[in-house]
Amino acid sequence: MSTTPDATWPLYEVFVRGKRGLNHVHVGSLHAPDDRMALHNARNLYTRRNEGVSIWVVRADAITASSPDEKDPFFAPAGDKVYRHPTFYSIPDDVPHL
Amino acid sequence: MTVSDETTRLATASTPDGAPTPERGPEEVFEATVAAEGRIEPRDWMPEGYRKTLVRQIAQHAHSEIIGMQPEGNWILRAPSLRRKAILLAKVQDEAGHGLYLYSATETLGVDRTELTEKLIDSRQKYSSIFNYPTLTFADIGVIGWLVDGAAICNQVPLCRSSYGPYARAMVRICKEESFHQRQGFELLMTLMAGTDAQRAMVQDAVDRWWWPSLMMFGPADGDSPNTQQSMAWRIKRHTNDELRQRFVDMTVPQAAALGVTLPDPALAWNDERQAHDFGEIDWAEFTAVVKGAGPCNAQRIAHRRAAHENGQWVRDAASAYAAKHADRSEEPAA
Repeated sequence: MSTTPDATWPLYEVFVRGKRGLNHVHVGSLHAPDDRMALHNARNLYTRRNEGVSIWVVRADAITASSPDEKDPFFAPAGDKVYRHPTFYSIPDDVPHL
Repeated sequence: MTVSDETTRLATASTPDGAPTPERGPEEVFEATVAAEGRIEPRDWMPEGYRKTLVRQIAQHAHSEIIGMQPEGNWILRAPSLRRKAILLAKVQDEAGHGLYLYSATETLGVDRTELTEKLIDSRQKYSSIFNYPTLTFADIGVIGWLVDGAAICNQVPLCRSSYGPYARAMVRICKEESFHQRQGFELLMTLMAGTDAQRAMVQDAVDRWWWPSLMMFGPADGDSPNTQQSMAWRIKRHTNDELRQRFVDMTVPQAAALGVTLPDPALAWNDERQAHDFGEIDWAEFTAVVKGAGPCNAQRIAHRRAAHENGQWVRDAASAYAAKHADRSEEPAA
């Protein structure tokens, strides 16, 4: 009996802003028939104790993600650019404020 | 240091963990990540046994939270004050929430939660044996918070370090909330203990009935728990059943003394040599019987869960119909 409607309700990923000044952070997922219900369910499920001041819900199938299989090549361009890090540059210890 | 030396070193250091390289196959990456206390994330390669064990463990935990709403839900309408009703309602709502966090974690392993609900109401997956005992008096509500949630916390705090990321994160949320559950239970019992002789007797009676089932929550003795070694190697179980049971007994004895109740075990005594409490043998025949379905409330719990699911069908249908209607409208061209 896997034909109950909630089997076909889309999966939403939930992001909560803990307080003003912070980013929204992924907290989990839920199923809902539409965006509005997803938002209400997210409120009930993930912010029962004032954990948030703002919620985003995004349909999971709308998210484009990098694949773990190509993690190395995908992030490789950042690997060999050591000059992007401040520690790459040697500066004498006695030069202040640098 | 030349630029090329530096480049090589930094490139190696910044290789994202968990990524296979020409030198390391996916299995080695998995083993190394787990051994180094790293986290496995949903789309990483994992052994089929690891995935299956996790699904079984997390689903059983989720089902326990969902079934766990029943023994306490039974007392919401009869709780003696508005304060106690509000507390109990919040607690039962938390149990529902915990079940949903956990179902959400199982879905990252490629399981559909509808399928899990079906398996629960067809008795093809298990939940904690503790919820097959009845809640006879309001003191049981306090004892469940104190002992049952206390045992659950003992079991669950180490799981916040589970090697599977989504499970570990769900456990962090759950453990934060469980602490309210245990404290409200203890406070409820302190209130009763400060009452009349009849109320104190009610607390003692509840402790007598729940103590041994609470110890059973940690599962079979280590010698009878064949999967423990593999699960510990995978870091999805962090301590053996007997270790956690001992920790729970040692934590609970002073709490019982503070409350002024007697734990119903004549063999319970401090062992100075072991620096731990000795305690009596659990009735494993009862444990096995309850796990196999012969507990006082097994049939009732599943029947109730099935009825709730089936009676909720029209709500799910209505929500789907409403969503479909509005989706159609938004597709119509603007006038």
